[in-house]
Amino acid sequence: MNSIFPRRALLWLAPLTFLAVFFFYPFFRILFFSFDPSTLNPSNLAFSFHVLLFTFYQAILSTLLTLLIGLPSAYLFAHFEFRGKSLLRALTAVPFMLPTVVVAAGFNALLGPRGWVNLGLANLFARLHHSLSPSPFIPFIGTLGAILLAHVFYNTTIVIRIVGNALSRLDPKLEQVARSLGADPPRVWWKVILPLLRPSLLAASLLVFLFDFTSFGVILLLGGPRFATLEVEIYVQALQLFNLPLAALLSLIQLLCTLTFSILYTRTLTYSTVQTAPRSPVTHKAQNVLDKIFVTSLIFLLSALFVLPMLALPLRSVSRLDADRGDRAQLQTGFTTDYYTELFINRNNSIFYVPPFQAAINSLGYAVATVLLSLLLGLPAASALAKPGRLEKILDPILILPLGASAVTLGLGFILAFGRLLTYPWLVPLAHTLVALPFVIRTLQPALASIPDRLRQAAASLGASPFRAWQTVDWPILRRATLSAATFAFTISLGEFGATALLARPEYPTIPVAIYRFLSQPGGLNYGQAMAMATLLMTLTTAGILLIEKLRLPGAGEF
Amino acid sequence: MKRILYFALSIFLLVSCAPKPSGPQTLTVMTHDSFAATDTVIQSFEQANNAKVTFIKSGDAGAALNKAILSKDAPLADVFYGVDNTFLSRALTADIYVPYNSPALKNIPVEFQLDPSHRALPVDYGDVCINYDKAYFASHNLAVPQSLEDLIKPAYKGLLVVENPATSSPGLAFLLATVKHFGDPNYIGYWKDLRANGLVVVDGWETAYYTNFSGSSGKGPQPMVVSYGTSPAAEVMFASTPLSDSPTASILGPDTCFRQIEFVGILKGTRERALAEKFVDFMLSEKFQADMPAQMFVYPVVPNVALPDAFVKYSQTAPQPAVLSPDDIAQNRDAWIQAWTDAVLH
Amino acid sequence: MLELRDIHKIYEGQPLLRGISFRVDVGETVCLLGASGSGKSTLLRMIAGLELPDAGQIFWDGNDLASTPPHRRDFGLVFQDYALFPHLNVFENIAFGLKMKNWTRSQITSRVHEVLELVNLRGFEARKVTDLSGGEQQRVAFARALAPRPRLLMLDEPLGALDRALREDLLNELRGILHQTRIPAIYVTHDQEEAFTIADRVLLLHDGLILREGTPKDVWVNPGSAWAAEFLGLGNVIEGKVVNSEWKVETRFGVFDVNCRHKHQAGQKVHLLARPLPVEDGSVLRGRVADAIFQSDRFKVTLENGLYFYLKDEPGVGQQIEVKVKIECLG
Repeated sequence: MNSIFPRRALLWLAPLTFLAVFFFYPFFRILFFSFDPSTLNPSNLAFSFHVLLFTFYQAILSTLLTLLIGLPSAYLFAHFEFRGKSLLRALTAVPFMLPTVVVAAGFNALLGPRGWVNLGLANLFARLHHSLSPSPFIPFIGTLGAILLAHVFYNTTIVIRIVGNALSRLDPKLEQVARSLGADPPRVWWKVILPLLRPSLLAASLLVFLFDFTSFGVILLLGGPRFATLEVEIYVQALQLFNLPLAALLSLIQLLCTLTFSILYTRTLTYSTVQTAPRSPVTHKAQNVLDKIFVTSLIFLLSALFVLPMLALPLRSVSRLDADRGDRAQLQTGFTTDYYTELFINRNNSIFYVPPFQAAINSLGYAVATVLLSLLLGLPAASALAKPGRLEKILDPILILPLGASAVTLGLGFILAFGRLLTYPWLVPLAHTLVALPFVIRTLQPALASIPDRLRQAAASLGASPFRAWQTVDWPILRRATLSAATFAFTISLGEFGATALLARPEYPTIPVAIYRFLSQPGGLNYGQAMAMATLLMTLTTAGILLIEKLRLPGAGEF
Repeated sequence: MKRILYFALSIFLLVSCAPKPSGPQTLTVMTHDSFAATDTVIQSFEQANNAKVTFIKSGDAGAALNKAILSKDAPLADVFYGVDNTFLSRALTADIYVPYNSPALKNIPVEFQLDPSHRALPVDYGDVCINYDKAYFASHNLAVPQSLEDLIKPAYKGLLVVENPATSSPGLAFLLATVKHFGDPNYIGYWKDLRANGLVVVDGWETAYYTNFSGSSGKGPQPMVVSYGTSPAAEVMFASTPLSDSPTASILGPDTCFRQIEFVGILKGTRERALAEKFVDFMLSEKFQADMPAQMFVYPVVPNVALPDAFVKYSQTAPQPAVLSPDDIAQNRDAWIQAWTDAVLH
Repeated sequence: MLELRDIHKIYEGQPLLRGISFRVDVGETVCLLGASGSGKSTLLRMIAGLELPDAGQIFWDGNDLASTPPHRRDFGLVFQDYALFPHLNVFENIAFGLKMKNWTRSQITSRVHEVLELVNLRGFEARKVTDLSGGEQQRVAFARALAPRPRLLMLDEPLGALDRALREDLLNELRGILHQTRIPAIYVTHDQEEAFTIADRVLLLHDGLILREGTPKDVWVNPGSAWAAEFLGLGNVIEGKVVNSEWKVETRFGVFDVNCRHKHQAGQKVHLLARPLPVEDGSVLRGRVADAIFQSDRFKVTLENGLYFYLKDEPGVGQQIEVKVKIECLG
């Protein structure tokens, strides 16, 4: 026991130091600076409660919907082999890093008032009624439905990756035995698979919930002014109305809620992770009719959900939209590569102009640094959490906090805490790591916990040093989870906008920052270049994810 | 294990021993996201003064100012540019600037010099106006509305999109225009009429312009949007094919536009006071003033500076812009926004 | 009862099963014996309904099972690694199948006690399955499969993970249980000793076909092929060729008188089986002793030429010996 304690403390040293310096210090500094007990009056509290209620409502609905789509998808990817599987899997992860403005543009092109769906319906009805209705047939933008759909679009990949990992580690014989004992497929799910997936299900649900709970861009851009979450109100109060005390109150409420969820999560999680020997995931082609229906319909649904909204961006990036403006009958009038060539021209001689390659390199540099940093910090924390003691039960909820804390508040905290250090580019990957770390830890922890101790003991008894034992026993099992964790960190960093906009020097913008710049000025060329840049970002992320997943890391064969 | 220790250690070292960002002759300028300038223009200042200019962009105009106020005890920068007249009182009350009576002020019309203490110096101005889609009105044989009152006519039902004043700077400007025109509290009745006439409200300019406005490349459903008086010129300058005329134009009726004036000031606590003064002078010089229109789509405050062709042809300043005093705005802004939110959103 | 007709299965482009047909009758234990990768487990999964054959049919009492899903087949399954539900305790594991059949709580309790008694695990109800030893886990797996009184029990190398002594004990117990309950069973293994102990009938699976089928004794007496004799470890398989019509076969160990019924033309290649136990009137084999290992009541003596025998007395290593054994023709 005694010999274990210092080792544990060492495992925690780096991650906790990191959180203390880059999360707790700035966050509480701004809270202490702004909080004012006089804000605790009935009208403010009633207002906060009202906002909190909606925040909860939409987050719970979004999480349930995400699970509804994510669970069958996780099963699809864990159990079936089909053409284009790795591409579809990579595509489901792409939304995760797309800036909200781009996603909103995609959804708008598909479901907006003049999107393909509504335009198609309008044309259909115009033939019947000989008139064009000014209002869309299916109102989408500005509805709760838009918020929910966007959340599902963003977060399904979390369920696919975290639950899918656990599913592929699940022994298929358990399912077979259950079937032979008379359980039909729904009961196999309910009685065997879901209980065994509980730790990863809880982890994925918590992460999805926190993302939805702190939703900001989606609410503003797709939900519109009728909807406000805590984070949106914090932004309005802190940055537009400069009502810092009320913003601090809302941040505190949000933080306490996050803490409560995290503690509930840690309590519910019994850590009864089933230890399994490493084995290869068994995937096969759909065999019977039911399987084929399941696989085909789900591929269809996922393609519709993930590919269609994103398809609008590359399409618009090569369509000349405003030629011949006198005749409005035609919306898209011809193919052009102008927007791409224009990206390479600093037409305005702007001091902030950045060629797309440079923006891509900036983005990639930050992303790679984030992956390395979050793995370095996440591995020791996840190792400690894999065999939790009293210390871990206390520390575990704390690790999740950065994900559920107000980003606006944290950004203001950075200003107070770091002052002129903010102009240093290395703060960007550090900020990205704050968001990525909970994901990395949640992805690695179940895999680490599933490694049977006797394997390590066996390796040690065969004369393996602790490092060799880790290399030969832990690493092959961890490899898959590490890749998932790396993918999360990579995409989070590539798509992160809020912190990057605050911290990155304007001369070193990332791709999302460059997209925002184009969209903040009028003109067809700006819009087209934004779409072209977004297409580049999508291509880059898809390629990055595919590469990470195909990467055969040294020291391990395919299990 | 050792590696992790080294790593933690190196983070500490990075944090504690990072070189001071403002070495000799580095000027840091804090501004909003819309700031832009021609590279050679900035370089000419750097060469003339043997200095390096670093920019920090901190969100939209409101967010950037609030961040500047938040950090006033340990300022992130030496110069802050981008406060407009709707936020000017807040900046002055928070006392983030030191006074600087620039010699260049003598060239600037007095109407722009809203701060007699010369802490905030005017740099540029522009109008927030309703833009309309010319083709829509032509093809529907619809007359373009000429006043705020016209907008509540049934003929324009569902045709206008505006931004939420709580989250958008042009949205706030347009709200202020209606306050000026109808007075407090009558403006609320006007907004209720607008709402009854199918007003569409979104949170930000990007959504309003690219998602809802039919005259932009986004091809939305509303042919009228609250944007800038210079947007029609930008549509021509940033057209994907050369255009002979702008697809949009501004409605220039009485009080349909709200005039925004942007200011620059030297932040209290600057370590580069002399250089900061030179930079402020530079921003008010003809070189920088002439550079701004094409970069930021604003008008220079210095008269008789040459404007780009597109500005002359497609962009007009409002003959009767709405103007409110910064103090008036500072005192009532939050109440106006709250009343607006209750009337329009709830 | 169970009948398989001409089952074919292709696995990763290679034919795995090329026409398997057999029956399992009431109270019968059939052993599927074959090397690993021979398709034994695939065959079990197809009978269980977890996989579909590419061609051929599976019948139960004359009804084609093709459209019966696994959970309606009532066939119990036991795996080598037990596949116990780790989130359930011993009682809940065994009760699983009974709950699926909507038994009442009291029925379930008494049945679980009954089968726990049957597998000698009385009092284990509340134990966590992850805390049990390998043998105990396997007993729980048996009990779980037996509890709902399946129409057929399928055991996939059930004792493969256990040590030898435990394996023998459990095998005898299992044999007793199968005879007592008269549940027809298919027992898959690659271990001939296990197969011969428990089976009423043995099916030798090789190269996608059933090479030999019969009672353990039949198969032991007449393995039918060199591969079978070798796989079953029946003795020394010796290559030779027929030298004349008097059924003499020439090998590198000498010329023997063997009746190879269908191969009697001179020059034809045949395989002979030299059983390792000495007999009075056998053919003589000789060689120098390379090694002698004591095995319970006898010595396994290996000669330098590769032959081996079981002898009562230990010969000295390097000693030249002669052994009289029975030599049969394998065809």
